[in-house]
Amino acid sequence: MSALLSIKGMSHYFGGLKAVSNFNFDIPEGVIYGLIGPNGSGKTTTFNLITGIYTPTEGKILFEDREVTGLRSYKIVQQGIARTFQNLRIFGDLSVLDNIRIARHFNFKAGLFGSFFRTPGTLKEEKKMREEAMELLAMMHLQNRAHEVAKNLPYGELRRVEIARALATGPKLILLDEPAAGMNPKEVADLMELIRRIRDEFKVTVFLIEHHMKVVMGICEYIKVLDFGETIAEGLPEKVGKDPKVLEAYLGKGGA
Amino acid sequence: MGNMKLPRLTIIAVLLYALIQLLSLVGVLNGYFLIIINQSLIFVILTVSLNLINGITGQFSLGHMGFAAVGAYVSGTITTLILKLSPDKLGNYPIFVIAIILGGVFAAVVGLVIGFPSLRLKGDYLAIMTLGFGEIIRIILNNIDYVGGPRGLLGIPKFSNFTIIYVFTFLTVVLLRNLIQSSHGRAMLAVRENEVAAELVGVDTTRYKVLGFVIGAFFSGIGGGLLAHLLQIAHPTQYGFYASALLLVYVYAGGMGSITGSIIAAFALTFLTQFLQLGLDSLTNITGISFGSEWKMVIYAVILILIMLYRTEGLMGMKEAKIVMLEEEKK
Repeated sequence: MSALLSIKGMSHYFGGLKAVSNFNFDIPEGVIYGLIGPNGSGKTTTFNLITGIYTPTEGKILFEDREVTGLRSYKIVQQGIARTFQNLRIFGDLSVLDNIRIARHFNFKAGLFGSFFRTPGTLKEEKKMREEAMELLAMMHLQNRAHEVAKNLPYGELRRVEIARALATGPKLILLDEPAAGMNPKEVADLMELIRRIRDEFKVTVFLIEHHMKVVMGICEYIKVLDFGETIAEGLPEKVGKDPKVLEAYLGKGGA
Repeated sequence: MGNMKLPRLTIIAVLLYALIQLLSLVGVLNGYFLIIINQSLIFVILTVSLNLINGITGQFSLGHMGFAAVGAYVSGTITTLILKLSPDKLGNYPIFVIAIILGGVFAAVVGLVIGFPSLRLKGDYLAIMTLGFGEIIRIILNNIDYVGGPRGLLGIPKFSNFTIIYVFTFLTVVLLRNLIQSSHGRAMLAVRENEVAAELVGVDTTRYKVLGFVIGAFFSGIGGGLLAHLLQIAHPTQYGFYASALLLVYVYAGGMGSITGSIIAAFALTFLTQFLQLGLDSLTNITGISFGSEWKMVIYAVILILIMLYRTEGLMGMKEAKIVMLEEEKK
C-alpha cells in the first residue's frame, strides 16, 4: 500500500538552529500515527512544515504522491490535510456554527455577485452548507452549542469545536497537535474515543502529537519518537515504550 | 427570493423615507435639517464601507477618505468638466448615476493597486501605509490644474438630492449586509479573527483581505461622489487625514463590525457636530463670552473619550439590530 503522506529527507533550520533534521517517514492510509518527544524536539515544527506555515529548508513532502512542499497553507488544506493547534485558534467572536461553516467555504462555488444579490442558486448553496455544518456538529455532540459565541464555551468543548472545524474541511489526513493538553481524565477518555471515531466513521487518517502517554500508548498504532530534531525510535507502541533511548530522552540518563 | 413577503428592512426604509418627505413637505423639517440628514446618510455609506475593511476584515485603513476623493473627483469631472450636465433636466439623472458608479469603480481600482502591496503589512505598518496613501491622493489632487488644484473642483451641479442619497445609502447597507452575512463575508470575518487559522481551514486570506479593501473602496468612492454633488465642491482638504481619522472615530464609536452601529454613529455624530455649533453660538449670545468653533472639537473629543471609557466596544459592540440580520441568520 502506498503512503498517504510521505516525507523525504526533510530538514528545517531557524538560523543556525536545526529544528528538524533529515526527517523521513511514510504514513499509510487509515492509521493512527503518533509523534512524540520532549519539549523542543521539533514536533510542532514538523506540523508547521507539513501544513505550509514554514517551507522546509531541504527535502520533500508528498501527499497522495503529489508534491505539496512550499504550497501556501490554504492550498494544502484544500488537498486534504487539516490540523488543530496546540494553543487553540478558534474564531472566538463568531458562533460555533460559523466556525464550522468557514471551514467549508472553499467548497462554496457561488461568486460574490450571488452573495450581494442573494440569487436563488447562492441561497441554495448557503442552505446546503448550513445543513452539512449542523450535521457535523450533531455528530460531534455540539448541535445545541451551534448558535453560541465560541469563546464562551468551556475549554474541553472548544477542543472538540476545533477538531470539528478541521473535519469540516473534508480532510483525508488530520493533524492533531496535543489534543489532550489541559484535559481532565474524563475528557481524555472521551477524546480517545473521538479519535478512534474520526478514523473509523469519518475514514480520516490521524497523525497526532501528544505528551499524554496514556493517549499515545492507548490509541496509536505506530509511534515515532523525536529528540532534538532527530528520530531516536519508531515502531509499535509496546516496543517504543520500552526503548532505552526513549526513556533516556524523557527521564534523563539513568532514569530508566 | 424564496418567500414572497418584502423583507422588513425594506418596509422600514420605505416608511422612514415617506415620513421624512412628509415632514419636510409640512415644514417641520426645514432645509437646514434636510442638509444634515443628507450628510448623515452619506456618512453612513462612508462609515459602513470603512467598517467592512477595519471591522469585518480586521485590517486597518487610515486613508479611507482618499477613496472618497477619487469618487468625488472622477464623478465631478464627468458631470462638471466633460459633460457639463445641468440638474434641471430630468434626463441627466441616469447619466449622473452612471458617473457616481464610475467614481466608485475608479476608487475600487485604486484600492486594488494600493491593496496588493500594502495588505502584506500588518497592524501599525498597514496603518502608516494607508495614511500615506490618503495624503498622496490629496497632494496629487492639489497639483492637477484641470480639476482646480488647490482651489478645488468648483461649480459641481447639485444632483444629490434626498431621494438619490437615500436610495444609494439603502442599497449600500443592504448589499454590504448581504455580503457580510454570506459565506464570503464569513471568510472575511475569519481573517479578522485569526489569520493563521483562517488559512488552515482553506481560506485564501490574501484574496479576502484585498477583496474587503476593494469593495470598501468602491462604496467609499460612491459616498465621495454623492458628497461632491451635494456640497457642489470637491476640495483636497475635505479628504485629508483629518477626515479619514474622523471616519475611523465613527466606526469605533458605532462598534467594530456592526452595520447597525455604523448607521447610528454616522447619524448621531453628524447631528452632534451640528448641534454643538448651535449650542456654542447660543452660549456666546447668553454669556457674551466668545466660544469659537474650536470648542466644538473639544466637547466632541470628550464625548468620544467617554464612549471609549464606558463602552469600549462602541455603541453596538459587534452586535446587529435584529432588523439588519438576514432571516436565516437570526438566533
